[in-house]
Formats: sequence, structure tokens, C-alpha cells
Amino acid sequence: MTGSVAVGTELPEQVFRVTRADLVRYAGASGDFNPIHWNDRVATAVGLPGVIAHGMFTMALAARAVTAWTGNPAAVVEYQVRFGRPVVVPDDDEGAELTVRGKVGALLDDGRARVDLTVTSDGEKVLSLARAVVRLL
Amino acid sequence: MTLDRGLVGRSYPPSAVYEVGRAKIAEFAAAIGADDPVHRDAGAARAAGHPDVVAPPTFAIVVSLEAAFVVLGDPEVGLDYSRVVHGEQKFAHHRPIRAGDRLVATTTIDAARTVAGNDLLTARVELATEDGEPVCTATSMLVARGGEEGS
Repeated sequence: MTGSVAVGTELPEQVFRVTRADLVRYAGASGDFNPIHWNDRVATAVGLPGVIAHGMFTMALAARAVTAWTGNPAAVVEYQVRFGRPVVVPDDDEGAELTVRGKVGALLDDGRARVDLTVTSDGEKVLSLARAVVRLL
Repeated sequence: MTLDRGLVGRSYPPSAVYEVGRAKIAEFAAAIGADDPVHRDAGAARAAGHPDVVAPPTFAIVVSLEAAFVVLGDPEVGLDYSRVVHGEQKFAHHRPIRAGDRLVATTTIDAARTVAGNDLLTARVELATEDGEPVCTATSMLVARGGEEGS
């Protein structure tokens, strides 16, 4: 993060690719082995279009856009999202694409700022009310 | 079914201790592609002012989601587990989670309501060290989607 930060300052856009292999790895690391995140048969049986990414994986990737900007992962003091729309991850080498944009929504006291995130996949918003409070100092 | 508002405020006994390991933090960071050395190199973490490697901002879910799910095992809550999806998640970090932390999770129901046939239950998980130092407040809103009759 360089220069002065003001309301409206934009974070560099980040684009992430999410493949089935990423979901399997996240399942193991997080302990969330719900089969809708790796098994098409189960996912379609519960009415999903196919295997979907863990919401928490999408949330973690969106946070990377924030930590890349602050340069300090420990600067994120609050972070919240609403899971709006599932990210469907096809069984191919390309997977799904996730785009994260961020903008400073407010400057708070004690050298903190609120960053408002817009997270889309395939042109659709997948998270809503996604915001982080970061320490700038 | 309709969630009983009387559930709000209900707390559950503290979890067993979860000891945060360096390898688990490194594994989680690798899984989300977080390549900052403070997640895997204790020397780099100390140079950045931390006692040991620190976890990425969403690592707390490894401990907190299971703790939030204790509400699903409460017969008086009566949520249908097979219909539950994660609606919202919030973390308030009192300090970064780091390797060596011995964390205890205490879960409280913060909100319970039924909207358009869906049951919405908010579980707040307080993560603290076993000595009582607050580390993270992780709040999960769980949604039990209404059945076919609710469509």
C-alpha cells in the first residue's frame, strides 16, 4: 500500500482461478468435506447446477485482495461477507474465475479503514455486504 | 417449522482445547494461495513483530465452524442439518491467531428467526486462549432452507 488513502481509493483488482483441485485442497486444509464441494452426483442431487466452491474459500480469496493491498495479513481486524450466489466450478482445467475489486468505503478512527469488496464470478456477484476493516498504520 | 426466539442467548459449554500448529497454518495458507512468509516462516513472523507464524484472516473458521455447529446438535433447536447452508460469516480479530495458541471455543445463539419459510440462526463463537485471552469472535449465520411446502 503506497501513498495516501482516502474514501474512494481503489484496491488493485485481483483475479483468481478456482479448479476442482483447489477445492479438494481447501477441503483438506479447512476440514470441510461436504461432498457438494467435490462430488457432482451429490451436488446435483441437492439441486445445485454442479460442484460449488466452499463459501469460505471464496471469502478467503477475497481477503487476499485486501492483504495484498495492506501488505500485512495481520492488519485485517474485521471481515464479514454474506454468501449470495454459489460459485460453480466445472470439472475442467480452467475451473471458475473469481474477480475481486475493492474500494475504501470509510476512514475510521485509530488509523483504520473500511474496505468494501465486490466479488464476482461469470459477471454475477457471489458475495454481498463483503467488507473488511484494516489497520493502515 | 419456526425457530423459537427463546433460543436467543443460549450458550453451550466450552469446546476442548484446539492447539494451533505451524504446519496447519502453513497448509491452510497454501490452500488459499496466501504466500506471505509470516504464515510459514517463524523468523519472518518474528521480524514482523509476531511471536510465531500467524494465520490468514479466515483461518479461525477451522476452529469456529465446528463450534457453531453444536447448535445443530441441540434437539431444542431442531434445525434440519441436511438443509443447512452458510448464509453469512463475520470475524472480529482481537489479535491474530498464531502457532502455539491453545484455543477454546464458546458458542452462543445471537439471533434466531424464520423468514419466508427459512430458519436463520446466528451462532457467535468466542475464541479465547485457555487462559482467557480473547482472540477472535467468529459469527456464523446458518440458514436452514424451508422444505417444498414452503415454496
